[in-house]
Formats: sequence, structure tokens, C-alpha cells
Amino acid sequence: MTDVISPFLEGAVRTATPLAFAALGETVVERSGIINIGLEGAIICGAFGGLVASTHQGTWLAIVAAGISGMMVSMLFAFFVTRLRSDQIITGTAISLLSLGLTGTLYRQLYGPAGSALTTATMPVLPVPFLSSLPLIGSALFSQPPITYVLYVLVPALWWWLYRTHAGLGLRAIGENPEAAIAAGIRASSTQFAAILFGGFMGGVAGGVLVIAQAGTFAEGMSAGRGFIAIAIVVLGRWHPVGVAAAAFVFGATSALQYLFQTMGWDLPYQVFLALPYVLTLLALAGIAGRVRAPVSLGMWIQRG
Amino acid sequence: MSELAALALIGDMLVRATPLILTGLAVAFAFQAGILNIGAEGQLLIGAACSTAITLKFGHTLGAGIIIVSLIGGSFAGAAWAAIAAELRTRFHVLEVISTIMLNFIALYLVSFLVRGPLQEPTHIYPQTETMPLYARLPTLLSGTRLHAGFIIAVLAGVAGWWILQHTAAGFRLRAAGKNPSAAKIAGKINIGRTTRNVFLISGALAGLAGAIEVHGVTFALYENLSPGYGYTAIAVALLAGLNPLWVIATGIFFGALEAGASALQRDAGIPVTIASVIEALIILIVLAAGSIRSLRSLQSSIVSNESTAEIA
Amino acid sequence: MAEPGPVSSALELRGISKRFGNLQALSNVSLVLRPGTVHALLGENGAGKSTLMRIAFGMIKPNAGQIRIDGNVVHLRSPRSAIRAGIGMVHQHFMLVPAMTVAENIELGGRGFFDARRSAARIRQLVEETGLILDPLARADSLSVAGQQRLEIVKALAHHARVLILDEPTAVLAPAEAQELLTLIRRLVQTGRSIVLITHKLQDAERFADDVSVLRDGKLVLSSPVADVTVESLARSMLGPERTTNRTQGPTEQRQQHTSITPVIRLEHVDVQRKSSPKDLRNISLEIRPGEIVGVAALDGAAADLLRVIAGRYKPAAGKLITPIRIGFVPEDRQRDALVGDFNVSENFALRDSGQRRGRMPWPRLRREANALIDSFDIRAQSIDTLARELSGGNQQKLVLARELSDNPAALIAENPTWGLDIQATAEIHSRLRAAALDGCAVLFYSSDIDELVDLADRVFVIRDGSLTDVERGAEAIGNALLGSSTLT
Repeated sequence: MTDVISPFLEGAVRTATPLAFAALGETVVERSGIINIGLEGAIICGAFGGLVASTHQGTWLAIVAAGISGMMVSMLFAFFVTRLRSDQIITGTAISLLSLGLTGTLYRQLYGPAGSALTTATMPVLPVPFLSSLPLIGSALFSQPPITYVLYVLVPALWWWLYRTHAGLGLRAIGENPEAAIAAGIRASSTQFAAILFGGFMGGVAGGVLVIAQAGTFAEGMSAGRGFIAIAIVVLGRWHPVGVAAAAFVFGATSALQYLFQTMGWDLPYQVFLALPYVLTLLALAGIAGRVRAPVSLGMWIQRG
Repeated sequence: MSELAALALIGDMLVRATPLILTGLAVAFAFQAGILNIGAEGQLLIGAACSTAITLKFGHTLGAGIIIVSLIGGSFAGAAWAAIAAELRTRFHVLEVISTIMLNFIALYLVSFLVRGPLQEPTHIYPQTETMPLYARLPTLLSGTRLHAGFIIAVLAGVAGWWILQHTAAGFRLRAAGKNPSAAKIAGKINIGRTTRNVFLISGALAGLAGAIEVHGVTFALYENLSPGYGYTAIAVALLAGLNPLWVIATGIFFGALEAGASALQRDAGIPVTIASVIEALIILIVLAAGSIRSLRSLQSSIVSNESTAEIA
Repeated sequence: MAEPGPVSSALELRGISKRFGNLQALSNVSLVLRPGTVHALLGENGAGKSTLMRIAFGMIKPNAGQIRIDGNVVHLRSPRSAIRAGIGMVHQHFMLVPAMTVAENIELGGRGFFDARRSAARIRQLVEETGLILDPLARADSLSVAGQQRLEIVKALAHHARVLILDEPTAVLAPAEAQELLTLIRRLVQTGRSIVLITHKLQDAERFADDVSVLRDGKLVLSSPVADVTVESLARSMLGPERTTNRTQGPTEQRQQHTSITPVIRLEHVDVQRKSSPKDLRNISLEIRPGEIVGVAALDGAAADLLRVIAGRYKPAAGKLITPIRIGFVPEDRQRDALVGDFNVSENFALRDSGQRRGRMPWPRLRREANALIDSFDIRAQSIDTLARELSGGNQQKLVLARELSDNPAALIAENPTWGLDIQATAEIHSRLRAAALDGCAVLFYSSDIDELVDLADRVFVIRDGSLTDVERGAEAIGNALLGSSTLT
């Protein structure tokens, strides 16, 4: 049994990693009252930026470059939404479309339309000594590319920042009652701007993980809706870093089911597994209805400050 | 440019415009009602799939009449697909932005499954359905081009859409619910839940019709990558038209020209056709910026007039 | 420039002017807040009091004038700089984060790390100093209205405010709580703070303040110690020389009490389940006849729920409710619930009964009717194509009223019909309501202003502890009846 469960859990964590990065970033953004549908754009830009960087640099620098790519495209979103007060949903959709088109165009231009599939070295798995030998969960949690370990530090760090610093308190206040935050002297627009940049960086890192720690190559549209799934994960995780990480894992597990089924010899059309995360998103969002409370000002915009 | 070449270009432009106008109408209707239907893409695919299935199954029984049945069937299918998002929103408060995009992906994989499985062409080599018989194809409007009768349907839909929104009580309710659901409910005694559901259905039906028309007029078969993102371009089409159905006809043609041009650019200059998506997204952003500046100014002036005259202590 | 010396003012506003577009909101207004005193800023709705104080709190920049704190000129760029300069403001609409605790709300805007225990200790210290009771760990939305106000005050004090601006603090309080506030203000002033009290109620100025300044139409018309003025002179300054405190009294004698005529609204043992409060309304019985104007008074929104049931927007939980087919309804929040801001005047008219309409929209007829109503109700709009959000508050309210009365309904239900309107618009609305009643319409309204109830209504009811009782049509009687229903802690 363990030789079926262990690879399944490994796969779950692997799939969950980019989702978790994107979702954690989006959690901060949504706690400040903004919903960034353009997260998909940050991910694909990160994937592309990561690919380009990795042909010239090592894997870690490439991940950072991926983050920066995601951050740059999110800067456009941040400008529109915090300075021009544009509708968040439409702006986000436009940013996603822009990113998909831009990365597709650039990829074809730089690497040829026939797509001599450009491959790059991937970040190797780095097992943590001793911990990775733990039964069942050892290999799943501690036999991963080191970028996953960054996640384990990031979750408590974010939790601490949101609940134990004034900056985090202020950010949460903007998401609950922007007028109160402004009256308390908090610069709401600037905080939201910074939050969006952070979320974009995280989304870019997620895209970088897809390329550098997983696929080793770029394909147009390879983000495949992960940005939107990440938004669902934020809801399921109730906008709390630990909950979000757990929800990301659940989604990762769903995708990894494919391999589990195959090993068990259960035969289903592969499209079922491809569609599964999206179906799960719908079910999860429907199931959680009425039992979660979003940050009150999510999606609305501020009239002053 | 020879007359023939010019005609071909216009024909190409209008052929591409047809699905854009219909999906643009789908998005415009939805947005006017405050429903962010980003699922036109999926609704189009489902409409195409259903149409193809109907035609292949019943075509030889009904002959040429199958076109009407199939178009209606495709519309229904698109509406049904949208109804899923409608239920999720009204009953479970799921943001339709997310649910419709999820449904887009699910539709994509559904089509992939169909064309590699139950609906696959008899030799089982290619991931597509059998080609449609000649009698099931929409008549051509301009010989020498691909321009088909579907374009007329699209234009008629635009005109009808405008008339419905402006001159019927149902259209009025739709607009009121979109602009201020609270006032619509309290002052107008409008049933917001019912209005929302109906708009989802109409929107989905229009997108489904777009898919059906594509299949009967252009592709004559169902395969993957049937839509190069019509459902997403439709957002730009609708926004640029100010959500006005009559203007959607114009912007649909404009974007049809854009994509025809991008296609030519790829052929002649090697610039990837994906540049069209970039331009479309930029257009959305420009429209947003312009609208934001306008509404910021009017917001400032309404803050002024409210602060000065309706000052609450 | 001023030399350092004994400070004669905690806060001084000198020559403040502010213009919004075409409107001169403030003209050359000056105010001196003496240290350790309470200064009432008096004026009708729309006189400019809030604007002036928003300038003092750094929320708005004046076009002209100076602000001095303790004699030194300051430039306030934002609320943050005002807070740093020692000014605190308690807004009429509380600026609290409902989901956060008292401690978190107070600590908002700080720097560095947030230590829950240290902040709780600090709060307890403030509680002792001021006598305000607050639990640092309680969630802000679990507090009563008076409790939330206390929280707002402690919040300002925690930021070392020496000058406190209170915006209409008694508006949300029951009479007993207002008394507690008075005690608190006195105590704060004894500890060396100075307070500006914004109010439109003469009695507040009289009871609470040492000095008073009166604003009218953006100008300062009176400034003096309270001891040196009479209530009448204050009233005259507020309203202007032509008007008196006696608001326009309606010809109540002309409307006979048709007690023999069938009531047009009848409630028998009706129960109303309330959304915003656990205290449901029980066993309500009421009869309203054509031509009557009935007023309802209540605290914490109880009247609104009852009125919405009668207007057919909600279903009663039990009991028999008989209402006419045609009822007009004027909601309290006109911009949210009555008008579509982006629709023009004729489209807003068309909203009425659009839920039932079938087929085509008869625009030519609707537009003709809209034009006629604009004229007869004297609605100041460029044309029927003007958008609703471009109208002033008074004209918007007239628009709503005109629409609801347009098909001569048998009854009209109005929630706080003149809230937020200036004196002139209020008078116009009142005369329209009386005219409707004269035509035979039964008018039922609720108001948070006791004087309005006395002026306008033939009969007054009070909702108290979930039940409806009729009460004598006098300010004292109504106030006492409401006082009895105050179970807020």
C-alpha cells in the first residue's frame, strides 16, 4: 500500500506547490479588499519569464526572475485598480488575456512558430536528510525541489505578518472597512498597491515553479486556469494562510488522483482527470457557500485616500 | 488589389465577425444585467458540440431542415451550460467570474473527449467528427468567399437585442437590475433572482448559437481548438461597444477585421497571430481607463453636489 | 508672527473658505476653541459644519484660511497629520472595523509589531482614567451603539488627542445615554482636553457647551459664550431672521378624522421578524384611514422593518395584514433603494411597477407623464433626460415622492422622508405629504426627528420592546415613550 500512497502524496505536494504560492499571494491581496482575476496573467508571465531567465541563469535566479515578471504585469493591474478605480473583475480579465497573448506572441517570436520545444534544466529534488525518511509523509513533504521548502517557511511567516504586525493589521482593516482604515491614518491605496505587487510576485513564482521545477519547458497557456483555481483555494482556505495551504494540498491531491487511479488499474478517459480540478473548484465553492465570510470590502473600491 | 481579392478580404472579415458579434451580444446582455459572464467560450463550444451531434444523428432524417433544429438545439445547449453558472450564483453565491471560467475548461475537455470518443469520425484517426453533409451547411452569401448566412442571423440578433433592451419591459428590468439591484427590487419590485437566471440563459443561448453557426457555416465538423478564444475576445467587443447591441455589430466587424489582419500578418510578415489577443486586451484596458476617468469626474461632481446639498449633519 | 506666551486657544480656525465646484461651502469662517472647554458648532443640515470639521481633521484642504493648534500654524495634509497634531475625531458614522476587537480597532494605524497584551494594558489604563467601560477583547460589532461610540472616543484618546471633535454624538443615543455622554465630556474636559461638538440641536449646545458658534449657509453668524445668549437668539441665528422655531404647522384642522370610514391599512396581531435585531415585533395592531398622517418613532431601525412589511416588501411572520393594491413607498436610502443613479428622470419614473409590466415600454407616454410631474412637483432638473445622480438630494427625494404618488395610491409609506435634506427641501416634502393626505391618501411615515413627528403627524405611535403603542402628540411624551424602550447597555 505504501508504495502507492507515497507517490500519490508526493504528486499531491508537487501539484499543490505552484497553487499554494499563487493562492498565498492572492490571500494577502484579497485581505486588502482586492480580487485579482489577473493572477492567471501573473502565473503565465512568471512561467515565460522564468523560462527565458533559466536559459541564461541558474534555477534560483530564474525563479526570482519569474516572480519579477509576475510582479510587473500585476503592476499594471494595480495601477488601474488603485489609481484609476477601474472595475477589478474586468481589469483582471484584461490583464490575464493580455498576458496570455503577450507570452504566446513573445514565445513564438523568440523561439520560432514551429516551436522547437525549448527545454531547460530543472530544479532537482533535494531530499532533506532524516526527515525525508519518515514513513508515508517523509518523501511527500521532504523529498521535493527546494522551492517547496520555501513554502513551508512562507506559510507561518505570512500568518505572523498578518496577525502580529501593525502592517498586517492595517491591511486587514482595509479589507474590512476601508473608511475606518483611512480615518486611522492608513494609506489604503498604497497598501493595496503593495499587496497586489506581492501577490503578483507570488503568482510569478508559481509560474516559475511550473517551468523550472516541473515541466522544464514552456507551452502557451500552460497556466491552464491555475490562477482562477488559486482564487477558489483562497475562498476554501477562508483567507487564512494555513487554511489556504491546506486547501492547495487538497487540490493537488485531486490532480494526483490520476496517477493513483492508473496504478490501481482503474481506467477513465484522461480528460476526466484534466477536468477534475475545475469540477472540484465548482463543487467546493458551492459547498462552502454561506459558511464563509469574505473580507467585507472585497471587490469594491475606496472613495477616498 | 483586385476586386476578387478585396471581396475575399471582406468576406473573411465578416466570417470572423459572425461569432464575435453573437458572443459579443452574449457578453453585452450579461454585463448590462451586472452578470460577468466570462463563459461565452465554453457556451459556444457546448453549442457547437450539441449542434454537431444533432446534425450527425438526425441529419439524414430531416434533410436541409436539420439546420434550423440544430441551431435551436445549439442555443439551448449553450443556455443549459450557462444555467449551471446561474444556479451556482443564485443558490450558492458562487462568483460567476470563476464558475464560468471553470466551465470553459470543462467544456474544452468535454469536446476533446467527444471528438476522440463517441463522436469521432469513422476511421478513428483524427480527433474530429465526420464532416457535415452539404445540405446541412449554411448557404453562402458571397460566392468565392466563405461568407455565409450566419452573418445575417448575427446582425438580426444585434438589432433584436437592441430593441429588446430599449423598448420592452423585460429589457428595462434587465438594465435596472444591472445598474442598481437594490433599487430595482425595492422601488421597481423586480424579481432579481428570476431576472438573473433569464439573463444567464439568454447569454448562454447567444453564445451557443455562435458555436452552432460556426459549425454549420465554417468548420463543418467539430474538433478541438474550434474557437480561437471568441468568448474572450467577445469581452473586448462588448466593452468597446459600450454594451450597446447595435454597436456590438460594428465592433464585432472591427475585431473581425483585426483578426483577419493578424492572420494576414502572420502569413506575410511572420508576426504571430496571438498579437491580436494583445491588442484586444489593450483595447479593453483603454476603454476601462477612459471610462474610469469619466466616472471619476462624475463621481467627484456627485460627491460635491451631495456634500453641499444633502449634507448629513 | 505670534510670540510664544500663554496659549489662548487649543484649536483655532481662521478665515476658512472652501468651494466645491459652483458651491461656496464655507466663507471666511473662524472659530476659537479655548483650552479645557466644550465648544458647540451649531447649524442646520447643509450649513457647513461637517465641512469645517473635516478641514480641521485634515480630510479636506481649504481654499483659504489657517489652522492653528496651541497657537502654532499647522498644515494638515491628511487625517494622519491631524492625529499627529493631537486632533481626534469621532464621526457620526463610526469608523470601526466590525470584525476586529476593541484593542485592534484602537491600535489601528500604529507601527511595528502588534502586541495584544501590551495594548490591552494600555486600554485598561485609559478606561480607568476616563471612566469608560470597554473590554479590550470584545469584537467591535458586539458592542451596543453607545459602546461603539465609547470605543471611538477611547480610540481618539489613545492617539493622544488633546482636541476632540464629536460629530452629532447624541444623534444615535437614547436620552439616558446622552446623559452619560455629558458626564464623560465634562470629565474629559477636566483632564485638560478641549472638545468641539458638532450638532444641529439647540438643546445640546445649551446643555453641553461653554461656547457656541453658529453657521448658516457657510457663514459664521454668531460666536459667543453660551452663558451670554438665549435659546431664541441661537434659533434665530440658525434659521435666519424670517423663520421661527415653529416649523410650518399644517392645517390639521382641515383634515377631519373620518372614524366612520373604512381603514385603508389594517394590521391585526401581526408579527414581524427582524433581520437586524433579535427583538421581533409582536402582536402589532393598527388602523389607518384615508387622509390620515400617522407617524412612527422607534430606536434601532424597528420602524423600518414594520413599514417595509406594510409596504409589501417583506412578508409578516404572522397575523393579518390588509393593504390597498396601490401603495407608494419612499425608502430611507434613496440612492441605494429608490433611484437608479445612472437612469434618467423618465426612466426612474418608469421604475414604478416595472416588475409587473409586460410587453413594450410605452416611452412616449411615460416621458409625457414624467414631464408633467416635474412641473407639478417643481423638480429642478435640466430635462427628463438628466441622470438621477446629477440631481440634488432634495430634488431626488421629490422625484421619488412624485413617482410614488403618480398613480394616486391609497396609501404612502415613507421612511425618514426628510433625512439629510436642508430646511427648504424638508418644507417642500412636508407640504407634498400634506397635499397627498388632503387628496385622501393615507400617509404612514417614520422619522428619527421627534419635532418632525409632532409637526407632521395627526397621530404618533412608538415602537417599544417589540410592540406598538400610541402616544400623545408631544415632544416630551414621545421622548419618554422611547426612553422606556431603551434596553441598550
